[in-house]
Amino acid sequence: MTMLRAARRSPGGVHPAYRKEATQGRPIENMPLPPLLRVSLSQHLGAPAKPLVKKGDRVRRGQRIGEAVGFVSAHVHAPTSGTVQAVVDWPTPAGGMQPAVEIVPDGSDEWAADLAPCADWAAADSRALLARILEAGLCGMGGAGFPTHVKLGPPANKPIDTLIVNGAECEPCLTADHRLMVEQAAGIWTGARILRRILNARTIRVAIEDNKPDALAAMEQALAAAPEADAAIVALPTAYPQGAEKQQIYAVTGREVPSGGLPMDVGVLVENVATALAAAEAVVEGRPLTERVLTVTGRPVARPANVRARLGTPLSDVLAFCGGLREPAAKAIAGGPMMGLALPTLEVGVAKTTSGLLFLAPDAAPAFTSLPCIGCARCVEACPMRLLPAELSQMLEAEDYETAEAYQVLDCIECGCCAYVCPARRPLVQHMKQGKARVALKRRQQQERKAQA
Amino acid sequence: MAEQTQPLYVVSPSPHIHAGDSVRRIMLAVIVALLPALAWALWRFGWNAARLVAVCVSACVLAEWVARRLMRRDAGIDDFSAVVTGLLLAFNLPPSLPSGMAVAGSVVAIVAAKQVFGGLGYNPFNPALIGRVFLLISFPVQMTTWSEWRIPAPAPGLEALTTATPLGLLKTSLGQGVMPYRFDAATAWQFFLGWKNGCLGEVSGLALLLGAAYLFYRKCIYWQVPVFFIGAVAAVAAVLWKLDPAHHLPPLFHVLTGGVLLGAFFMATDMVTSPITRLGMAWFGAGCGLLTMVIRVWGGYPEGVSFAILIMNALVPLINRYTRPRVFGHGRRG
Repeated sequence: MTMLRAARRSPGGVHPAYRKEATQGRPIENMPLPPLLRVSLSQHLGAPAKPLVKKGDRVRRGQRIGEAVGFVSAHVHAPTSGTVQAVVDWPTPAGGMQPAVEIVPDGSDEWAADLAPCADWAAADSRALLARILEAGLCGMGGAGFPTHVKLGPPANKPIDTLIVNGAECEPCLTADHRLMVEQAAGIWTGARILRRILNARTIRVAIEDNKPDALAAMEQALAAAPEADAAIVALPTAYPQGAEKQQIYAVTGREVPSGGLPMDVGVLVENVATALAAAEAVVEGRPLTERVLTVTGRPVARPANVRARLGTPLSDVLAFCGGLREPAAKAIAGGPMMGLALPTLEVGVAKTTSGLLFLAPDAAPAFTSLPCIGCARCVEACPMRLLPAELSQMLEAEDYETAEAYQVLDCIECGCCAYVCPARRPLVQHMKQGKARVALKRRQQQERKAQA
Repeated sequence: MAEQTQPLYVVSPSPHIHAGDSVRRIMLAVIVALLPALAWALWRFGWNAARLVAVCVSACVLAEWVARRLMRRDAGIDDFSAVVTGLLLAFNLPPSLPSGMAVAGSVVAIVAAKQVFGGLGYNPFNPALIGRVFLLISFPVQMTTWSEWRIPAPAPGLEALTTATPLGLLKTSLGQGVMPYRFDAATAWQFFLGWKNGCLGEVSGLALLLGAAYLFYRKCIYWQVPVFFIGAVAAVAAVLWKLDPAHHLPPLFHVLTGGVLLGAFFMATDMVTSPITRLGMAWFGAGCGLLTMVIRVWGGYPEGVSFAILIMNALVPLINRYTRPRVFGHGRRG
């Protein structure tokens, strides 16, 4: 039996209109090289990479152009061969400016031979495999962008017994992971096996929401074609945020990640399906991460599609590849509608974390005006962390950070369920983000004071 | 820069979509849910029902508008919450109450119970119930003067025509040592359908349940409040009835009379003035039911629903505080 049911039902959650019909049946299209790539050196969580190239340098695809700085960081590679036009400060989807390398492609797309293929990975040393993951510049491609090699090297006292490969894709509108599972199931399984070997974990679970029957079937067929010990697919009930790390671990294993802790505290590691596939390509083919699949969708988009684009491809070019806009859009969003980042401009490049490019028409982009809370308790019902968003938001409006801390504001995962259901249309996620930042700042200051004393 | 040729997009924090409900839509749902009971009141009490509903609703809306103007806030009457307050206040009045008193109750409800606290969302007490209790204390005679109504299945030796409500009759008769009712299935059925005396909106259990079903469907109320409210009323009544059937009536009598059904489904469930945790809703409902019975059996008033809910309203912040769910990832006593 390779198809399992969820062990537990995770608390809360909402059922937004999924709107995946426009792209879920469309095969991934390879986008041609744009005239200019603008590769950000800050595509991952943590310190931006240090540029290794300068204006006029010739680069080849897969050549390292940015070097990881510090422990939590990731290398950045040239997405194609060409000439470095400049290293500039450029806006990132997350806001703010970060250095980016501008590359003019030469069209030959010639690979650098920095990383040799390793078909016989099963016989390789797990430390050598981990080194390849680090070398390939992998980070979580589900959205958070946490450097993969850091996650794969837990301390010795935190053994990982279960690897969860996250194919839930619970964000409405997005189908990039869905298509990857349908089209490259075998590669994802190879990546999962490699990750398991690095972790020395026992169990692999691939978690997929049950609204993707073709992805479930494809992944199951691939597993049947190459059977694997203690590996199975878990069909999760469709709900948002079923793909959120803590909720998914609970649904798949029944284990609850302690507050402030990490999945490794309960012996679990979660990697997105796209990351698993990237791991397979990095190890088996020796190819660093230079491209990714993203879903371009939304009613205003002329030709919604799943697009494989080189990292650094300007989002305006990605949109043009999809036929541009057929009606005006009020919002452009990097990612999905629940947790994605609203973009002021399309001149930012595709990053390792860009799972989608979503456009919302003016009538589909609701205005959040802050009416007083009417105590309807819908946010309490929806919160997957079992917080009281209604009370927290009022505390935070009153700048009562002490009580908000006691009400565990730091446990908020910013999934947006509360704001999604709030009839008073309160900007609850904004309140939470501000509150979390203030409480974290307060804690840091207290620690500093203690250290000084 | 390229930005000049590019359209500019709206930037805001996530989420970028919404489930679609609004405060106004919720208030409209409550109004729709009150329509069956309103229809019954119009048919049963006629002109008086129409008069009181019109007076209360327009007085509440006007009072809200004037109060917002004086406070220099947005007009704020387009959320329909004042309409709901007016309807619920009218539902809690005897049909013959003079219009002037209804206006006074409406002004107290909106101004003293709602707007002085800051308006919708900030009021600790149910505004309609504050209006009703203000009238009950200020005009006790008019607030307990009922239209003529034939009590079904009267006990032998009693007049068939009365102007009392079942609860009023019970209180005065018991005071004289008489048990006025032979409460059987036929009486219960008639009470449930609405063949009894009382305030405008409380007489037909059937009409109220129809409206409540719609509120459940629209997810505007949670089952904990009404179930624990009615359950506590029934439980207390059952114990008393078992202990002393000569002086107490069966649980069903207490559930079907007075304001229990109106209170349990429409007043205690008021979002603003009830708890936000499921466990808290259960405690809140149980407290309402318990206090209702304490007032009915041992208090000076024949009916205690209004007071019970208002007392429990005051406890809501405390209830919320002590019924917080265990946050995910925290120990059982997190």
